[in-house]
Amino acid sequence: MKADTLRVVGQSVPRRDGLGHVTGKTVYIGDIKFPDMLYLKMVRSPVAHGIIKSVDFSQAEKVRGFIRAFTYKDVPKNIYTILCLIGVGPDEEPVLAQDKVLYKGEQIAAIVAETEDAAMEAVSRVKLEIEELPAVLDVEEALKPGAPILKDWGTNYFIYEGHHCRRVRFGDVDRGFAEADFIVEGKYQTSPIEHAPTETTGCVAKPEPDGRIMVYTNTQALFFTLDNTALILQVPFQKLHFVGGTVGGGFGGKVDVIVEPIAALAAMKTNRPVKYIFTREEEMRVSSSRSAWRMYFKDGVKKDGRIIARKITSYADAGAYNRHTPYAVTKHAANIAGPYRIPNVWIDAHCVYTNRQPGSAMRGFGVTPASFALEVQMDKIAKTVGLDPWAVRFINAYRDGDVKPHQKVVEDASLIEVMQAAAKLVGQELPDEYLQMSSWDRKDG
Amino acid sequence: MGSKIVNFTLNGREIDVMVKPLTTLQKLLREQLSYTATKEGCKQGGCGSCTVLVNGEPMMSCLLPVEDVEGQTVMTLEGLGVNGSLHTLQEVFFENYAVQCGYCTPGMLMVSNALLNHNPSPKRDEIVEALTGNFCRCTGYEPIIQAIQIAAQRLSNP
Repeated sequence: MKADTLRVVGQSVPRRDGLGHVTGKTVYIGDIKFPDMLYLKMVRSPVAHGIIKSVDFSQAEKVRGFIRAFTYKDVPKNIYTILCLIGVGPDEEPVLAQDKVLYKGEQIAAIVAETEDAAMEAVSRVKLEIEELPAVLDVEEALKPGAPILKDWGTNYFIYEGHHCRRVRFGDVDRGFAEADFIVEGKYQTSPIEHAPTETTGCVAKPEPDGRIMVYTNTQALFFTLDNTALILQVPFQKLHFVGGTVGGGFGGKVDVIVEPIAALAAMKTNRPVKYIFTREEEMRVSSSRSAWRMYFKDGVKKDGRIIARKITSYADAGAYNRHTPYAVTKHAANIAGPYRIPNVWIDAHCVYTNRQPGSAMRGFGVTPASFALEVQMDKIAKTVGLDPWAVRFINAYRDGDVKPHQKVVEDASLIEVMQAAAKLVGQELPDEYLQMSSWDRKDG
Repeated sequence: MGSKIVNFTLNGREIDVMVKPLTTLQKLLREQLSYTATKEGCKQGGCGSCTVLVNGEPMMSCLLPVEDVEGQTVMTLEGLGVNGSLHTLQEVFFENYAVQCGYCTPGMLMVSNALLNHNPSPKRDEIVEALTGNFCRCTGYEPIIQAIQIAAQRLSNP
């Protein structure tokens, strides 16, 4: 490679937005202000699961500065699923809850007012009558007979091409277990994690003189959000103009389409700019978190440390709605067997709905929990077989050209080289046989 | 309760402002005066992104009623550089990638400015202690700590 001709690769390049950041001149959503701007605040469900009997705005309307309230009746297409744009369906999340609520904090009605204080005051005066239903808060409980069913299609799981989970079948695990010297089992559980960006999720929607709605947003998914908003509002895409790019911390927490559709609707209906920004409490309690995962491993291992069968059953807690979890589960299923050469693999990965705050994208979502479980399991195997943890990984490392359990040919294997480099960095001495290994020394079979 | 006039010095300039009782300094700066470098992260004293200096001491402006700065001297990030040029701390934060999303940066710069004014050659643990009220979700803090060390050296050997 002609390193001397490269002007960016291998060089430190000043941040394009860095001067704005150190001088405080970068404009974030919260800094945007227009004359005549209204503030939107949300009436939210106080319960995890319930039937909405009535919503009474009569006291809220008396608050000085109250402009108007929005309910599901005002939203042209009130039901959506963010990933419908890549063919994931059916639509299952309302913009504003209609007859039922599935998690604590779910959006029920929006109020716009002249000031933020007035909007909050009005929200606090809305009278909700909700019949509380039993909530299901655990993925395995949600799949048991008799669990409250959350989805109109009659199950608490996402349906993958007619199946109750994302399945991977490779070789014959039962034969592998029969031939194994050791069976190593493990149960792993991760917790939901909040991204906690320093800047909370928000947007400002502003009607333009040309009839378009301009939306300034800190979304991480600008065009995904524009397209979903257009579908929800039932307006042509060109009616919307989205401006983004400045995000005060995202980490996956700002890829869901939550604040923009309702703010844009409020701007259209009032013909005034509308700001909808989460409070810190909303960011923590209502915005999507990293989903919690439960994973069960059963591995068949030979005395020499080779894993010859791996059976995994895992459950993602999507919370009340899809958001990005159906996709995360697919990614999870493709990765959870690990960067290892295992001839027999069986995976059932479930996307399960519960009455929790929805989970969604966060840095390697689906894969990060898998890596946690998988590598703890590898250590457990090493201990059971009586081998060094490094050895178990070198012995089972995949090679370029191998076929992974989900039928993809490995094209960029680098596990061996990464482990060799890591060992060197931490001063770990490796036996010659591992130092001589290469990701490209694949032999057929 | 009626509004009242409060007089204080903001970034070297004396101003009179009309505020309702208990209006926070954060709200005054951002909404009435359009000094938006002072950020809004939690409005409950938990994140430090709204930190300003009052008489040279870091204070979270989201918890500070404007009446309390009557007659005092307030500095925001807008007042850090002089005549359009960057302060050494700003240069060093920029050059050493101590900024990522930038949202905590104004608060970080205010706190580090106060630290270096009081203690021109802080030890690492003194820097860490000074930053404990300021939340950063991107950098892992290390580049910020390093930038403050570099700024301290540059300021003491100009």
